[in-house]
Amino acid sequence: MSLFTDPRWGEALAHLPDYLGNHVRVSLAALALGLAVSLPLAILTRNRPAPRGILLAFASIVQTVPGLALLALFYPLLLLAASVTLAWFGLSFSAFGFLPAMLALALYSMLPVLRNGITGLNGIDPALIEAAKGVGMTARQSLLMVELPLALPVMMAGIRTAAVWVIGTATLSTPIGQTSLGNYIFAGLQTQNWVFVLFGCLASALLALAVDQLLGLIEGGLRQRNRARAGLGAVGIAALVAATLVPTMGRSSSGYVVGAKTFAEQYVLSALTRDRLQAAGLSASARSGLGSSVIFEALKAGDIDLYIDYSGTLWTNQLHRSDIKPRAELVAELKTALAKDNITLLGELGFENAYALVMPKKRAEALGIRTIADLSAHASTLSIAGDYEFFSRPEWAALQKAYGLQFRAQRQMQPDFMYAAVASGEVDVIAGYTSDGLIAKYDLVTLDDPKHAIPPYDAILLLAPKRAGDERLKTALQPLLGKIDIATMREANLRASGNDANSSPDAVARWLWGKIKQ
Amino acid sequence: MPSKLAISYHKVTKRFGSLTAVGDVSLDIAEGEFVAVVGGSGSGKTTLLRLANRLIEADGGTITVEGEDVQNVDPVALRRRIGYVFQSGGLFPHLSVADNIGITPKLLGEPAAAIVTRVDELLELVQLDRAAHRDRLPEALSGGQRQRVGVARALAARPRIVLMDEPFGALDPLTRDALGDDYRTLHRKLGLTTVMITHDMTEAILLADRIAVMRSGKLLAQGTPAELSNSSDGYVLELLRTPRRQVERLNTLLPQSGAA
Ligand SMILES: Nc1ncnc2c1ncn2[C@@H]1O[C@H](COP(=O)(O)OP(=O)(O)O)[C@@H](O)[C@H]1O
Ligand SMILES: [Mg+2]
Repeated sequence: MSLFTDPRWGEALAHLPDYLGNHVRVSLAALALGLAVSLPLAILTRNRPAPRGILLAFASIVQTVPGLALLALFYPLLLLAASVTLAWFGLSFSAFGFLPAMLALALYSMLPVLRNGITGLNGIDPALIEAAKGVGMTARQSLLMVELPLALPVMMAGIRTAAVWVIGTATLSTPIGQTSLGNYIFAGLQTQNWVFVLFGCLASALLALAVDQLLGLIEGGLRQRNRARAGLGAVGIAALVAATLVPTMGRSSSGYVVGAKTFAEQYVLSALTRDRLQAAGLSASARSGLGSSVIFEALKAGDIDLYIDYSGTLWTNQLHRSDIKPRAELVAELKTALAKDNITLLGELGFENAYALVMPKKRAEALGIRTIADLSAHASTLSIAGDYEFFSRPEWAALQKAYGLQFRAQRQMQPDFMYAAVASGEVDVIAGYTSDGLIAKYDLVTLDDPKHAIPPYDAILLLAPKRAGDERLKTALQPLLGKIDIATMREANLRASGNDANSSPDAVARWLWGKIKQ
Repeated sequence: MPSKLAISYHKVTKRFGSLTAVGDVSLDIAEGEFVAVVGGSGSGKTTLLRLANRLIEADGGTITVEGEDVQNVDPVALRRRIGYVFQSGGLFPHLSVADNIGITPKLLGEPAAAIVTRVDELLELVQLDRAAHRDRLPEALSGGQRQRVGVARALAARPRIVLMDEPFGALDPLTRDALGDDYRTLHRKLGLTTVMITHDMTEAILLADRIAVMRSGKLLAQGTPAELSNSSDGYVLELLRTPRRQVERLNTLLPQSGAA
């Protein structure tokens, strides 16, 4: 199949009004806010070196915070603010999606606007400012009639830089719940859908280019005092906003929102869940690519209605427990604990996505290794690889303690490469994920954990507090509970990791439903 | 009769930190007078001029403009009624010649149509071709044309007083001579009071009624050229020596030309 006849282009295009519209709205709102704050600050501090220095230092520091981290930081910050305003003023707002994304991006836009604003204003020949005073201008008139027009080219260059930065960085607002062109990129990277990745990158680059050109038009018009040109640029920007408002305004937002974290299994399961709700006559949409620390809070706050998490994750991250219980017991206890927050743990899907020590089946059989206990006798001659966080996680400490594991060497690897590495014998053992499709593909085996050192990670369906009594929803979801075994999920994940049209989350979700129905 | 004085400095002092830029200067400028302020670089000439329209504020002494203590006048209003020609032109590079000239009337809220007429009048007054210059940006003008626009801008709001800070200093001698003469004519025709800074004693003698000599912030001497040549001050005599030598040399080099 040629690149251009790939049906995924069409699928990508279908999402464009939604993704682009949200992207434009959050970017331009952030830019407008950034300008509304930065320009007056640049003007106020132009003749005051001390506050100017502090301001520029602050803006520079903000700039060094990676975009993703800045966006992620705003979410808990706003959650805190929201709880404060709720307690003090009885006012609640959503800390999810638009608001944190817009605030973080606005902050991000400040440096170029401030720096160029201050440079532009300070770069004006003092003789001209003196002349403005001499011909009888007030300080305000001097600013408006002389200083700002003269600083305009430098200031506009800063504004254009900020616009391009903000539009580019807005792609990173997907994990905090703001739909953006980043949805293509996050989904594409996770499901190896390069068409989506390419589409997302192209769309955001074109958008940045278009806005930059329109701002350039405004700048040129202002500089040449050509109202028509400046007006054309302004109309262009307004048209962009209008065009992106129209198709998404009419969309109903009353439906159920199914959340999904940023990996392929989650994309597939959220698509499956959404399809089930729609099949039951409920309007539903998936909100994918949410950060794992954001998604639970979003459910609690009602920004999403349901999603699938893993028992062990909540056990550690939400209940802060480090003891380990058998699967069923842990889920039962979790259910009680979550009920206190009015969150419904509707039930398990049937499979676990836990960390597991994984070896090639043949090698394990040759060495007579079935369990981790068996492995410990051989460990000193073997090497192990894990993802970037595994060796600092409590699971690893618990494993070492329970089985006295001492490997010859340990390495960190990109998860996608781990499985190939252990299959080819480059490493002997990996810390993989039990539901990963590559386990079947490479004929690998997960070793048993007889001492239950690794906590269970049952996939569980969670409902938001406002859906606690929603029987229609529960009925619609019922067919999924307990129906997805580990082998099925592995195969689904394997399909989703493919790089063709049948590997899109929607297609895999349909396949998965076919298996469940049988 | 104080009402006959256009500008009066009385024991005026201005310090920048420890530096006394203008020290205890007293100087009266009568209405209709053309006074040149002469002195070396850094002697305090510009400072003295800027004190008159409150571009800077004095540390001591009193300055009156047309009988009023400038401290009692709103500085913005003061500047709008005193014309000021800046050393390097000070034209706004983003505004056309017409907008530069019309700026003060515009600030005063005069109607746009009146400003257009006034600008054309002024272009004629400073002998610039209307059609060719109105809509140009300052960068498209020669140095001499720019200073003519600077003069027109200073005159736009029909001030009775014009302050000029080395207006022709950066021009070639021919242009400078022509501009000086043209301005002197305007001064007389419009009944202006003019204070012009120059570091060129020849120019001062040729244009001004009276000359004030500054050195290190002090007013060394003031008077007509004839009065100054009777001065006993060494520096004043030194300043007068240059034009004298020029005259002598010109007379030997250009016999019977009648140039002066
Ligand atoms: N704004 C200022 N701040 C500090 N010093 C100044 C300022 N303006 C002028 N001076 C100083 O005051 C002295 C007189 O300056 P000025 O009046 O410009 O001299 P002139 O016009 O005769 O060349 C100079 O030594 C100059 O450096
Ligand atoms: Mg000077």
